[in-house]
Amino acid sequence: MSPRLSELDFRVARQRLEAKPKSAGPKLCTVEDAVARIHDGDHVALGGILFSRTPLALIRGMLRRRPKHLTISRNLMCYEGEWCMVAGAVDRVVTSWMGIGLPWGLSRIMREYAESGRIPVEEWSHLALGLRYRAAAMGVPFLPSLTMIGSDLMRLSESETVTCPYTGETLHAVPALFPDVALIHVHRADRFGNCQIDGYRHMDADIALAAATVLVTAEQIVSEDEIRRHPDRTVIPGFVIDALVHAPYGAYPHECYGLYDSEPDHFTEYVAGIRDGGPDGAARYLNRYVYDPATHADYLALFPEARRADAARRARELVS
Amino acid sequence: MSSTGGVTDNELLAVMGARQLRDHQTVFTGVGAPMMAAVLAQRLHAPRLTMVIEGGIVGPQWRPGWLPISTNEMRTAYRAQMLPGITDAFLLAQRGFLDIGFIGGAQIDRFGNVNTSFIGPVARPKVRLPGSGGANDIASLCREVIILTAHEPRRFSDAVDFVTSPGWLRGGDSRRRSGLLFGGVARVVTTLGILGFEPVSRRMRLEALHPGVTVEAVRAHTAFDLAVADRVETTTPPSDDELQILRELDPERRFIG
Repeated sequence: MSPRLSELDFRVARQRLEAKPKSAGPKLCTVEDAVARIHDGDHVALGGILFSRTPLALIRGMLRRRPKHLTISRNLMCYEGEWCMVAGAVDRVVTSWMGIGLPWGLSRIMREYAESGRIPVEEWSHLALGLRYRAAAMGVPFLPSLTMIGSDLMRLSESETVTCPYTGETLHAVPALFPDVALIHVHRADRFGNCQIDGYRHMDADIALAAATVLVTAEQIVSEDEIRRHPDRTVIPGFVIDALVHAPYGAYPHECYGLYDSEPDHFTEYVAGIRDGGPDGAARYLNRYVYDPATHADYLALFPEARRADAARRARELVS
Repeated sequence: MSSTGGVTDNELLAVMGARQLRDHQTVFTGVGAPMMAAVLAQRLHAPRLTMVIEGGIVGPQWRPGWLPISTNEMRTAYRAQMLPGITDAFLLAQRGFLDIGFIGGAQIDRFGNVNTSFIGPVARPKVRLPGSGGANDIASLCREVIILTAHEPRRFSDAVDFVTSPGWLRGGDSRRRSGLLFGGVARVVTTLGILGFEPVSRRMRLEALHPGVTVEAVRAHTAFDLAVADRVETTTPPSDDELQILRELDPERRFIG
């Protein structure tokens, strides 16, 4: 499946944004209300990176609606990419790397779908994909870069080069990527959607500015005053946001900087299910952790409170 | 994990990798052996070495026993000096601030090109590997790239199926001609020895052997025709000091094996 025009054309992207309200009004809603804005065929960009600040509450909500023909993009795709494959939700995955991490080996699900040709995994370098979101966030059709040049990734992605008008050198014209929807999880926001992120920011601000529709979960909803006291911490302004959901532990069992550590034992359990049962193992996991829990609270109840408290304790120790 | 005289492969790679780094340099590093190499260098001869990690992390001071498993987690950012974000961390390398970049690789050819994407044809790969991650960017943008890898025939391949991370491409000046104006692979540090590249042809050549390893053994573990330097040095084996530091950093031996 080739990219849709709306993903690449900065003129179309600009028109879409101009047609959209940039409201300073309240955005608070439920996960279900937020994900209702995702349509079949959309390109959905996922914030966070690997198992850090992944917008899992929104991804679970999205999958519960049984979407079809999505494209998902994320720089380091963790198991949420596998879920989307097994759930039959995606036609195409755009990433620079897919797996969980060294201790868990290659992604068996990714291998199964990509090697059989059922779901293409379109690969860019980490920086190139970052620059694709950055170019879109800047509202320009491409950014010149020295990365990916000369490699087979250029050929694979059908990316073009451009001649520098000043030096005559050849540069990679990294094409902008304008997602239809961005899913982002942040530390805190006021009810108007002014978002603050602690610690590393990953690419979330670029992804939010690049997308036509932005859905956010926040660990904490704070007062307008709280945001105004520390405006330097705000990384996405409220007028960019379309829907905001209060979701404590919204990235769990992935980590959220300073608030809770990831749960590698849970990843190991998930991978063991796939080792024993293949895609069926992943499907069983989806039933238990994605489809069965009707609400975010039901989902969190699957994890003992003491375990979550320990993840919080480890996180505090890691930023002290 | 095989070992030589009580030293594991990853310990050997970390020690030999550390010795490639100099004080007051900057190094772009991933997790595993490269991370161990960078920290070891910092604790020995390069206290003013700065690490940059693709998670968007500058100058961390990792905590013994809490080494990161990913380039993007809280452990990686422990006591960092700056968290600039992922894209901006890579842009530091594009600007030219990174002296050394460490990468690994599933498959490497005689010109130091690395494949971490596809084994077999792209349309129907035998194995779909995880992909570039930041490896292509590190290989394209740092001043010098050092590859750290186990030396096995299946890795040192006659031809890579796919160039994920560019080395010297097709040798000679092909890297520069492609538009990659800067950088290139300086060395390949393996479990058998240290390899460099002939200055003009850019073919890989053996430059040093670890103690007890023969030229024939390296050739037997290399699927392509390997050049050999006029004078092949022998590396000094890991010292007790070096090993002790590594083992203190990783008491559970999750990374050193």
